[in-house]
Amino acid sequence: MKILVCMKQVPQKDAPLKLNEAGTWIREDVSYEVNEPDAYALEEALRQKEKHGGEVVVITAGPARAQQVLREALAKGADRAIHLEDAGFVGLDAYNTARAFAATIKDEQFDLIFTGLQSDDYGFAQTGVILAQLLGRPHATIIMQIEKTDGGIQVKRELEAGYFQFVDMPLPAVLTIQSGINKLRYATLIGIKQAKNKPLQKVSMAEVQSAVGANMQKIERMYIPHKSKKTEFLEGGASEIAKKLVDKLRNEIRVL
Amino acid sequence: MPETILVVVEQREGKLNRVSWETVAAGQALAAETGWTLETAVVGLGVASIANEVASTKVSKVYSIESAALNPYTPDAFSAALKQFLDSQKPRIVLMPHTYQVRDFIPQLATAMQRTVISDCIGYRKDGDRLLFTRQMFQGKFAADVSFACDTPWFVTFQNGAFRGDKVESGASAAPVQTVNIELPVDTIRNKPQEVFKEAKQAVDLTQAEIIVSVGRGIKEQKNIELAKQLADALGGEIAASRPICDSGWLPMDRQIGSSGQTVAPKLYLALGISGAIQHIVGMKGARSVVAINKDNEAPIFEIADVAVVGNLFDIVPPLIEEVKKAKA
Repeated sequence: MKILVCMKQVPQKDAPLKLNEAGTWIREDVSYEVNEPDAYALEEALRQKEKHGGEVVVITAGPARAQQVLREALAKGADRAIHLEDAGFVGLDAYNTARAFAATIKDEQFDLIFTGLQSDDYGFAQTGVILAQLLGRPHATIIMQIEKTDGGIQVKRELEAGYFQFVDMPLPAVLTIQSGINKLRYATLIGIKQAKNKPLQKVSMAEVQSAVGANMQKIERMYIPHKSKKTEFLEGGASEIAKKLVDKLRNEIRVL
Repeated sequence: MPETILVVVEQREGKLNRVSWETVAAGQALAAETGWTLETAVVGLGVASIANEVASTKVSKVYSIESAALNPYTPDAFSAALKQFLDSQKPRIVLMPHTYQVRDFIPQLATAMQRTVISDCIGYRKDGDRLLFTRQMFQGKFAADVSFACDTPWFVTFQNGAFRGDKVESGASAAPVQTVNIELPVDTIRNKPQEVFKEAKQAVDLTQAEIIVSVGRGIKEQKNIELAKQLADALGGEIAASRPICDSGWLPMDRQIGSSGQTVAPKLYLALGISGAIQHIVGMKGARSVVAINKDNEAPIFEIADVAVVGNLFDIVPPLIEEVKKAKA
């Protein structure tokens, strides 16, 4: 199986984020990490390769810093990486990101393409499905299990409220992967060493520009959300806070 | 011709998904503000009774989009059927709830029509002639007003809980229901879905719990779960968690609160080290009181907390357990 994993670099979960001056995006001087569901997508690709053989290729779009995500993926066992390197990729909507990916891989034949089910920054939850449509391939979303069958694959889709569904589908296909589908591995020292010699292809914005159009949706303004609820902050030492909290639980919330 | 807002309600297994009422309420509010006509559609096979249910609300028309190929649900069939319908009807804007099913097909539909979806919105705002849709960014740390920069139809999905489903206005008389039969060649449907099922191990029903102590990443290590359990026991409540905790196997999956887990509405929801990602919030924002303890003063959980403690949960929880025990003694 030849598998492509689409990955994204996002701000670290507990990174303090600040708005840029224009109020349209964050200030980029923060720490980054791999988008969590994408890490599970990579792990699943590595496991499928271990079972069935083949190749795992990782792709990302973003400025130079995003290369870190690819380096980590190579260290964990991906075979090669593609970096659409330009700060401009950060501002693309899901449709254009998918178009840039589709243009980059147009001469390759992947059996499976994985994405995480959504990203921690925009949270569109769309890029994988759009990519499937652009490539004319079937897709399934929020996947918790993948088994190879005679005619293709059987996947387990997560539905809401604890429900699931098995879906049989042909290959090639695109799947969006849910966090928790597997247990993540760590990169080994030897993996980190080997990663340095693995191919990392760079693609410039100019090379995919003809496939990318104007964004169809635009962030007019980003801001700190208006608070809808009045929150009372308790302050003091730990034991003082514990006393205040118990007072609230007894006299206001009335659960004691 | 007047501009039209189309709300596509969701049915699963022949039943209306109640979250659809929230989207109808959103459509009614938008129609009142813009003067545009509100129409609705239900997609499936044998969905006339759902269409009639929707027709009792204040809408101009209900379309029942029917085809044998629409049962069971597949993204290929739903996307193709709605594309045929939208190509002929040309609404200005199409609203749907941001459910797992809609997430599965709406990007395919919009891409097939060379359009875009502003997904997971929590509201909208009219700004002169412009319509802005508000959605959360960076896991709820920011909100963004987003506009369409393309031709219609505009696709929008609304987050669970963004509008009040119980605020749907009834119609003076039943709206007309029109059946639209769609021809779909069966070989265009590539996925073969099986029956929907629930995992047998889903044994714990947290929806009835009055007190829930819930843990997030801030609990740091598996062995620290015990501390949260002691607090839950002292309070006489249930232990629960955000998704990452269950993904790591520190608590079983049936203890998970959020869009992929259980939706709860206890008297007290005590969140320990939970940042408050959107997917978690939708599962617990119905709680009567939310108490949050988190060391990050910008954690989105504080947006919806009634009582907040900015601090280290490992400092605060041990004396809290003692105080609760004293109070109960």
